Amino acid sequence: MDWGALHTILGGVNKHSTSIGKIWLTVLFIFRIMILVVAAERVWGDEQDDFVCNTLQPGCKNVCYDHFFPISHIRLWALQLIFVSTPALLVAMHVAYRRHEKKRQFRKGDQKCEYKDIEEIRKQRFRIEGSLWWTYTSSIFFRLVFEAVFMYAFYFMYDGFRMPRLMKCNAWPCPNTVDCFVSRPTEKTVFTIFMIAVSSICILLNVAELCYLLVKFFLRRSKKPVNPKHHPNHENKEETKQNEMNELISDSCQNTVIGFSS
Amino acid sequence: MNWAGLYTVLSGVNRHSTAIGRIWLSVIFIFRIMVLVVAAESVWGDEKSAFTCNTQQPGCNSVCYDHFFPISHIRLWALQLILVTTPALLVAMHVAYQQHQEKKLLVLTGHADPKHMEEVKKHKMRISGSLWWTYVCSVVFRLLFEAVFMYIFYMLYPGYQMVRLVKCEAYPCPNTVDCFISRPTEKTIFTVFMLVTSSICIVLNMAELVYLVVRACARRVQHNSNPPSGKGSFYGHKLSSEYKQNEVNQLLTEQDGSLKDILRRNPGLQEKGDRCSAC
Repeated sequence: MDWGALHTILGGVNKHSTSIGKIWLTVLFIFRIMILVVAAERVWGDEQDDFVCNTLQPGCKNVCYDHFFPISHIRLWALQLIFVSTPALLVAMHVAYRRHEKKRQFRKGDQKCEYKDIEEIRKQRFRIEGSLWWTYTSSIFFRLVFEAVFMYAFYFMYDGFRMPRLMKCNAWPCPNTVDCFVSRPTEKTVFTIFMIAVSSICILLNVAELCYLLVKFFLRRSKKPVNPKHHPNHENKEETKQNEMNELISDSCQNTVIGFSS
Repeated sequence: MNWAGLYTVLSGVNRHSTAIGRIWLSVIFIFRIMVLVVAAESVWGDEKSAFTCNTQQPGCNSVCYDHFFPISHIRLWALQLILVTTPALLVAMHVAYQQHQEKKLLVLTGHADPKHMEEVKKHKMRISGSLWWTYVCSVVFRLLFEAVFMYIFYMLYPGYQMVRLVKCEAYPCPNTVDCFISRPTEKTIFTVFMLVTSSICIVLNMAELVYLVVRACARRVQHNSNPPSGKGSFYGHKLSSEYKQNEVNQLLTEQDGSLKDILRRNPGLQEKGDRCSAC
């Protein structure tokens, strides 16, 4: 089980996400996970071996390293990425449950079921409304909470995000105060700032997605009640169909050759 | 998620690129990413452990290494390659959106059978209209990122040549200390190689930009001089959309509400629509 497996699991959720959700997932995998695996892990690879203290006292180096780096940045980021990507599984579970129900209906031979076969049920994309809307919104909320918590934990532990070159340590068994030198501090600072920046972008995307879902929900609610019973509303349906088609035709026909074979 | 994952993501975009775009993608993956992974990473692998300073002073080694190599070449190249390849995803997103719109249209006009849906997924999008703008933006961003990283490289490591010896006097080094870099010649060779491929990619991107602009202008000139005037027109697909629009309008002014019912009752209309959309 590694990042590739996580990518496979979350790729399935992608189908039921909003567009902002899909962008968020791409940013997560390419600018955070990939950078972590391909670059950041190498930078922090020798963090303890090359942590040098100006003393021959045995144990001083270990104690000082542990004092200044309770959890390595890399491990914090890995945990953050796992926690932040897992709420999407709530949505995946809800979708799987709905599909299971529809398959059950289909097998029982229910007249209301509009699907022709099991394959169609498996491939169908559900709209984000009703209980799925609540699940989806909760998952985004949890994502935001986890991101914020980890950003705070980071700031709390490594005050200021900057990696200094020199740290002065006087934990036992170090004699008096000892100079300790961190390996590759500038490179580490650059990557820390990069990861924080991308994390902020992800937070913004999540907030935008939450707003989008709320606005959509309120719009849908405000459209529902007006439905005059005596007025034949197939004309309105025609108009909306016409508008939709016009929109689609003007969007898509510029670039496509709709070649239906006769 | 590693370079192989990125390759999977980007090879899908390849289908909707121009010929120059495909060449560019091959150059990126074979001459840059592959060289980075297979060769360059081993050359820079011992960059810190084999960086030796002529002193016993603890910490002097680390500090001098950090002073002369704020960011390693390998990390800079990795960042550059990731940032340079990502604008292609804008195009992928736009294509996915257009395919989604086409599928909706198929459903609305009653052609939502699996064969047509598959066709939508498989056919290559023409780079025109809004897709042209997205594509051009992605090429511009690629050029921008390449240029920015070349400049950063020049600023951090002026001259591109890796020297054998550097003199360091940062604290806690006592006075001035000689520090020796591991494999300087090999590093110089790979640096020059990566720079050359980067320049080739910049040239390819510029050529692609010029090609797109020239094609758009040529298309416009042709469109202005030959306005669409019948079924045999060059812009058959655009005409077919207008024709389809008229058909759809006609169908929707019929008394009965359901579009499918109308099409079912008038198979002649449906066939006419189909025939013309294929011209």
